[in-house]
Amino acid sequence: MGKSVIFNHLTGLHQHVGNWPGKTVERAEGTLFFGDTEIEVIDLPGIYSLSTYSIEELISREYIAVEQPDVIINVVDASALERNLAFTVQLLELEPRMVVALNQIDVAESKGVIVYTEELSKRLGVPVVPTVAVKGAGLTELMESVVEAAERGERAKSLVYGPEIEEKVDRIASMIEAETPYPRRWVAVKLLEGDEEITTAVYGHQPGLRAEVDDAVASIEEIHSHDISSVIASERYALASAVAHESSSHVVPERGLREALADATTHPVWGYLFMVASILTIFFVIFSFGNWLAGALDGVFAGVEDVYVTALGSGPAATFIWDAVIDGFIGGVVVAIPYIGPFYLVLSVLEDSGYLARVAFLMDSAMHTIGLHGKGFIPVMLGFGCNVPAVLGARIMETERERLICAFVGSLVPCAARSIVIMGLVAAYVGFRWAMLLYLIDFVLIFVLGRIAYRVAPDEPVGLIMEIPGYRIPSLRTTVQRTWFRLRGFVYEAFPIMIAGNFVIQVAAVLGVLGVVEGLMSPVTVGWLGLPSAAGVVLIFGVLRKELTLILLGTLLGGNDFSVFLSPAQMFVFAFVVMVYVPCISTIAALVKEFGYRAAAVISAAEIFTAVLLGGVILRVLLVLGLP
Amino acid sequence: MGSESVEEYLEAIYGFNERGELARNHALSEKLKVSPPSVTQMIKRLADEGLVEYEPYKGAYLTGKGMALAQKVVRKHRLIERFLYDFLKLPLEKVHNEACRMEHGVSDEAAVALCKALNSPETGPDDSPIPDCPLDVENCSECEEAREAAGPEHPLTTQLSHLKPGEEGKVAFIRGGRRATQRIMDMGLTPGTYVKMVKAAPFRGPVEVEVRGTNLALGRGLANHVFINVDDEGRPWIRTHPHGPHHGSAPH
Repeated sequence: MGKSVIFNHLTGLHQHVGNWPGKTVERAEGTLFFGDTEIEVIDLPGIYSLSTYSIEELISREYIAVEQPDVIINVVDASALERNLAFTVQLLELEPRMVVALNQIDVAESKGVIVYTEELSKRLGVPVVPTVAVKGAGLTELMESVVEAAERGERAKSLVYGPEIEEKVDRIASMIEAETPYPRRWVAVKLLEGDEEITTAVYGHQPGLRAEVDDAVASIEEIHSHDISSVIASERYALASAVAHESSSHVVPERGLREALADATTHPVWGYLFMVASILTIFFVIFSFGNWLAGALDGVFAGVEDVYVTALGSGPAATFIWDAVIDGFIGGVVVAIPYIGPFYLVLSVLEDSGYLARVAFLMDSAMHTIGLHGKGFIPVMLGFGCNVPAVLGARIMETERERLICAFVGSLVPCAARSIVIMGLVAAYVGFRWAMLLYLIDFVLIFVLGRIAYRVAPDEPVGLIMEIPGYRIPSLRTTVQRTWFRLRGFVYEAFPIMIAGNFVIQVAAVLGVLGVVEGLMSPVTVGWLGLPSAAGVVLIFGVLRKELTLILLGTLLGGNDFSVFLSPAQMFVFAFVVMVYVPCISTIAALVKEFGYRAAAVISAAEIFTAVLLGGVILRVLLVLGLP
Repeated sequence: MGSESVEEYLEAIYGFNERGELARNHALSEKLKVSPPSVTQMIKRLADEGLVEYEPYKGAYLTGKGMALAQKVVRKHRLIERFLYDFLKLPLEKVHNEACRMEHGVSDEAAVALCKALNSPETGPDDSPIPDCPLDVENCSECEEAREAAGPEHPLTTQLSHLKPGEEGKVAFIRGGRRATQRIMDMGLTPGTYVKMVKAAPFRGPVEVEVRGTNLALGRGLANHVFINVDDEGRPWIRTHPHGPHHGSAPH
């Protein structure tokens, strides 16, 4: 809590967000000019432990030990002191130069917790500076302390475990010969814990040590009658608990509005009603605003196009440049600013207020039916607006596996663009109930494909475990800043792909390749799906923006009354294929950004296959049922 | 009322709760063959001792502590049934009544030994599930050692997911894969930690617990990995009145 807020405050706009080399974990770094010092700041992943169970944890411990940063700022949430100190205890074991930022002291006070900074500093052996990051309070003092710690160069020391464990740790530490970047005591503890990476490294060099460690483990397990990882985790928590109790006092405050709200929003009845109402409101607001803004932007760009045509004429070269280069950019802007920006804003507010954790809590059991846990509901729900935020939002899941399943499911949700096709074609010409049937088929499909992804994805599924923070009012500055950074990230990553995709298709159109492709596709589009052959080109262009398929189909078939040239069954099948056949290019770009080209290609191929296969089946079923 | 009758009641209520139903008074009275007023009186006692909670006109359900006790008895009952059926080749319709008589006389230690001897069966002969082993073991190879350490009478433990809102306990141990165990302990649920149930989401959703001064949400699956010690100062009902209901004859 608050780590990234502090990072953003310190670095402001001087920051660069990328990935850790070879990993899909975000690495943000920035520069801070403090007095006459230039300080490089790196935002390490937010974690609770330094085991090997997640890449985030591995990255962090390796960075601290190998890169030897001048100072580590450990952001401790004063309102969850004990749990946060358990991680501090682990950090101290790495013996870095360290300063503790005791954050959220205001929230802690509202919970009746007073932390004595000096006492805490004495117990931990490192400087402690109280901060309220969202308000920027205490950050100057924090940086003064950081600079001082760097100059003093004194390293933190591990806190001491119970004597029977400490004795074993000492013995093993003194026997280690292998050179690792980590402190010996830490390596000894990790050997006892059976840490995969460390045991491989050390025993490879010094196989004789294994027997010693096994003996020590057996004797500790004998004394404590729990397995070694529980014993060591308990030791750390016991230390954290002791430090927390000695350096803070706690009075239980009266129940206030905050607590009443917390009860109501996870209530078995009111909680769900409130959730549905909030989601509908959010959708309504984002969509009304988005549609309005997209319309306004379309108007602006139409004006720009007029100016362009007046200036350069409408010759083939000028038209080509507009269609192939500028249109791709416009397509991106019309998605990013009206829909994705507001979505990021709302998501940030929901995250910071503490409500997102409650939604995850309420939806956990429902999400388990498609192999995800509660947090997965949020991205999936956002998919109804636009699949791009759904895919990007999958980041909130813990493991690569969950992120991928979540993004896959999110890319199948009927977004606003697909709803336009379903409503404009099927609801308008075949009947509203048939449109609803399409949605129903899609939900069944999501359920079935979600189950399949759940089975084929490697690794074991993880259950929900998360802190439920108290409610609080998000800070404006943090919200705006985070929204801006995320939106900028989307533009950098997705725009080049959208523009390139548009370019390739326009070039193909000019070269007459599309006609050939249409011919090649006709066994599928005409033979299997029973659509007019023009549908081939429409579906190719639909990859750019799905809502355009309807307009394009009308143009190619020569009219706006679809009932003249399409049978109801054809309309139904066409809408179904558009709904499922492939994520649009923006979504594919988001998939590439998050999961790489391979995963994006597999997901797209799976969806094309499903759409074509089921499209033909549906056509035949409809014909048997007697729909003309 | 003796401990046997308490155990019979808890066992009967467990039978209903297991199927997702509350135990109604008249249903209990039928099952245990006792008069409705004595059922009412007994349920009140059990509620006073914090073993059940009662919703007027709806029925009773077990608290975490009641659940721990019920699991212990049901475990013995179903293990004995298994033994009678598999080893002694008693017919299926006879094993229930036999087990009902034997279950109260078997020590916790002997029940664990029986479980091991039967190759730790997962269900009774009628396919009803046998509650999990209450000892801190990963698998049966640690059985003898854990039995030795635990002595004749075992502490009252049950899964975290069975605690009722407001109920407290102490983490006894965590049984699950390394990864799940590590994640649970990283969040502060280490053995010996006090936990208080705040609320459980409906539809077998996650539970919210208070631990180390903060609130945590745990999916039901993870909450089933965490075993909670719900023991307090012994078993108060043992000193109470020595009359009990007759044994029920209907199989589960």
